[in-house]
Formats: sequence, structure tokens, C-alpha cells
Amino acid sequence: MSLPGRGLPVLLAAVVVLALLALPRLTADRRILTWALLILLYAALAQSWNLLSGFGGQVNLGHAAFFGLGAVITRSLWLSGTSLGVAIPAAVGAAAVAGLIVGAPTLRLYGPYFAIGTLAVAEILRITTGNFFPEVSTLPAPMLASYALAPRYYLALGVAALTMLVAWSLTRSRFGYGLAAVREDETVAEASGVRTFPHKLAAFVLSGALAGATGAVFGFYHVSFYPQFAFSPLWTFDALLITFLGGVGTLWGPVLGALVFLPLREILALQPQLIEVHPLIFGIVFILIVVALPGGFVEAWRALTADRRRQREGHPA
Amino acid sequence: MQNGVFGLLIGGLYGLGAVGLSLVFGVLTMLNVAHGELIMLGGYISVWLFVLWGVDPFVSALLAGPLLFLVGAALFQTLFRRLIAFREETKIKNSILIGFGLALVLQTLAIAAWEADERAVTPAYAGEVLRLGSVVVPFSRLAALLLAFLVLGGLHLFLTRTRLGTAIRATAEDEHGAALAGIPIGTTFLTAFALGSALAGVAGVLVSVSDAISPAIGLHWTLKALIVIVLGGMGNIFGTFVGGLFLGVTESMSGFLLGNAYREVVGLAMFLLVLSFRPQGLFTR
Repeated sequence: MSLPGRGLPVLLAAVVVLALLALPRLTADRRILTWALLILLYAALAQSWNLLSGFGGQVNLGHAAFFGLGAVITRSLWLSGTSLGVAIPAAVGAAAVAGLIVGAPTLRLYGPYFAIGTLAVAEILRITTGNFFPEVSTLPAPMLASYALAPRYYLALGVAALTMLVAWSLTRSRFGYGLAAVREDETVAEASGVRTFPHKLAAFVLSGALAGATGAVFGFYHVSFYPQFAFSPLWTFDALLITFLGGVGTLWGPVLGALVFLPLREILALQPQLIEVHPLIFGIVFILIVVALPGGFVEAWRALTADRRRQREGHPA
Repeated sequence: MQNGVFGLLIGGLYGLGAVGLSLVFGVLTMLNVAHGELIMLGGYISVWLFVLWGVDPFVSALLAGPLLFLVGAALFQTLFRRLIAFREETKIKNSILIGFGLALVLQTLAIAAWEADERAVTPAYAGEVLRLGSVVVPFSRLAALLLAFLVLGGLHLFLTRTRLGTAIRATAEDEHGAALAGIPIGTTFLTAFALGSALAGVAGVLVSVSDAISPAIGLHWTLKALIVIVLGGMGNIFGTFVGGLFLGVTESMSGFLLGNAYREVVGLAMFLLVLSFRPQGLFTR
């Protein structure tokens, strides 16, 4: 009896993965490919935040720092002639090291210190980057002439898949359970033998490195941007909003969140009278979710299906 | 020397900007990261009163305080009140998240209402200075520092000499104990939060005298306030003020030595160092 129950999601997942792999061959429409790329990019960014902050419960308000490091390092190495095969790992490595440097002191502390420490780091990097690279970074003409969307898309797909894989492994590994214990109650986790600090630090480095990889995709994909923009607190906010929309600390939350967030943002951006206030709407939505529905879509869906199941089996809700 | 004086003048402002946040954290264990946006609102009150009716900013401070008190009370009732029942850790975390969203909302509202330009208040006496030997002290900034001192003195008297102030301190000490002793802790929480916002409002008015006001300054001032609080020790009001002066002087000295582009970075780096080696703050015993 369990086969149809389990077989269907696996089949569905296989179809989705194949479709994603074949997408550039199925369509030549740049708009569709760009949409898919952006959804993958935002889902990966949100999932990388979710790894530490959702699964591990440590609120990181400086996630943009890692995204920005990945973007700017990849971009400058690549434009100065380094191959992407070197530039991207270098950027990811730098983001991981940054996670180690920031996490080692602040994750030992109790209370809000970690959150405000990360906020400060992102701001330091944003200002310093603005000082170092005040000019807008635009791809030179020969690179623009040979610009192809498909390799960028596959890179985004790869990073998103890797991030999902890491998140999936957190839901069923010893390390993931340890992290969940840290989130629920640090003192109890420590008392029952979970070494909380190494768990938090490892999750932070992993989260930072994957955010760096997402930033690397952005640095490779985007034709023209101010380097400082990659460190904007807006990246952190988008990652938070997407994760909270979908469901914090859940495997599918960031994906669902990205699938809702990007079309919604596009619709709002197309209304000329709303163009200035659309961050306002997202801000309010975010606050409402934190206050009223801390579980996001995934939680709401679970509650709904649990209700149905109870009704079907004749138990009172 | 001149740099040191300017540092002290701006540092007083940092202190005042941080005291409200420190009070809220000390009493409610909530960290409102939209505090800088409340400072921004205070700044705009001063800007508009000056532009529309030529109201002196030091008079506006008397108005901005009560107005932001009401804003704070409203924010507490609608958003932060429901966090009180949570465990301490959840309370801090959720208040940070709500504040993060609130910061975005207030900033966008300010852009929609008043455009993204920078504005400043320049009363007739803005250029006048006090000369002490080779050192120049602008009057308006000196007055701002004095007002900051007065407000802090008033806050100290309120917290130590009045019934409500004592109740707030008792609640900060132990909320369950305070509740058992018959203190209406709901009211003290509300008062402390609104008072913290009012302090942000007054700080914002003083910012408008010496600095530019724009919708985007919120994060800047929140970070300053957080740095100052960490330097001075969380929830310690006088430590916070000394922390502000210290940050002001350090920044202006490093701006002088390393160039203005990095003065912000020095403050933030110092903040991380203190977090790593002396998280209880520099000025606590």
C-alpha cells in the first residue's frame, strides 16, 4: 500500500528534475529561461539562509555579506581573465572563511549578539566594497556579444540542487538532528551531549559558502551592477521573506516561497502606482507571517492535510 | 584636539540615539532593529516643522518626543505586545525579525511620503561658533549635546524617583517577581517601549541639526546604537551614554588618521572586537 503513496512524489520529482535539465533545449524563449534562473537563484539564496537560521535557529541578518562576497570575487576574478572553474571555488572559499571569522566569536555568545554581529559585518563589507569599487561593473563588449543564458541557467540549477541536497541531508543526518536540538533548546541540547558550538559554526560556514555560491551565479549572470549592490541588506531581506513565506526550517519552504515571491514582485512592479511602495507590501507581509503564521505555507498545508486526514479517519479535529 | 571635540559632540548624539534601544532591551528583552527608523521619523518631524513654519529644532524636540511616544505605544500594542509571553530566546529572535520588516516598511513609507532626498535643518544661528583658543565649537551642536545630557538626566530621575520609573526598573530586574508584587507589568512594558521611541524621536531632531536626514539613514543609526550598546553594556543607561561618547571620539580620530571613507568601518570593527573579547561591555564592572 505504501508504494502509490511514495512512488508518486518520487515520480513527480524525477519529472521536475528532467524538465529543469531539458528546459534550455525545450524553449528558446529568453524570458522563460530568465524566470527559471531567477527562481532557482532566489530559492538557493533563501535555502542557504534556512540552513543555519531555519534548521539551526540562529538568526543571521547579514546574509547579504556572503552573497556579495561570492558575487564580487567571482566577477572580478572572471573579468580579469581567470577561468570560472577557479573563480567560483575561490569565491565560495572566501565566503566560507568569512563565515568562520564571523561565527567563531559571535556564535559563542548567548542572546542577540549573533544577529547584530552579522548585521555589522554586512555593513562593514558593503561600505568597504563601495570604497574599493565605486564604479558600476559592466561586462565588456566581446563578452556581451558571446553572452549565452543557458550556461548561467545550468550553473544556477547546479547551485540550487546542491543547496537542496545539503538541506535534505540535514533532515535525516545525525548532524541535522543535533542542529534541530540546538534550535529547540541550547541548554538541553548541550546537556544531552550535543556539542552545540561546533554544530552552529559548521552550519554557519556551510550556509555562508552556499550563499557565496549563489552570489557567484549572480556575478556571472548579471550584465551590469554596482558591486556595492550585491551587499545590499535587501538580499538578506528577500532571503528571509522567501523562507518565511514558504516555511522556516522546512525543506520545501524556500522553494515554495521563491515560486510565490518572484511572480508577486513582478506583478507589483508592473503597476506604475505601486512601484514605489512594493517593498512596503512585502514588509507588511513579512511582519504578518512572523506574527501570525510563523510556519509559512508548509505549516499551513500540513495543518490542512492533517485536518482532512483526521476527518477521513473519523477522529474529531 | 578639534577632532576630539567634534567626536564628543557627535558622540553625545550616538549616546542619546542608543539609550532608547538600551532601555527597551533592558526592560522587555526585545531588540527593535527599527530603532534607527524611529530616529529618522523624529528627524523628519524637525525638518517639516522647520520648513513649513520655521519652528526652531530645539522647540521641535518638545513635540517629537510625545509624538514618537504615541507611535511607539501604537507599535507596541499592534506588533510587539504579543511577544511578551514567549521564552526569552524566542522573544529576542522574533522582535528582531519584526523590527527588520518594520524597518523596511517605515523606510518605504518615508520615501513615498517625502522623496529620497537628503534634507537638513539650518536655523539662522547654524554657522555661529564658540572659539576656545584654536578649537571651534558650533553652537547648535553644543546645544544638542546639552539637550542630550538634560534628557538623560531627566530619564535618570524618572527611573529612580517616580513610582512608574521604579516599577519599570523592577520589571527589568524580574518580571515575574514584579508581577507578583502587584506591578501592572503590561503598563510598564508599554511605557518603556513608548519611552524608548520618544527618546529616538528626540535624538532624531538633534540629528537633523547636525546631520542630513533621508529615508535611508535608519540602518546607519540602528547600527550606531547597537555598537554603542555593546560598548557600554546591554541595558545599562549611563554606560550606554559613555559608550556613545567613546564611539564618537574613536570615529573622528580614525577619520582623521585613516581618511573619512573608513571611519564607519573602524566603529564596526571595534564592535566585533568588543563582542569577541568583552561581550559584557567596556564600561561595566
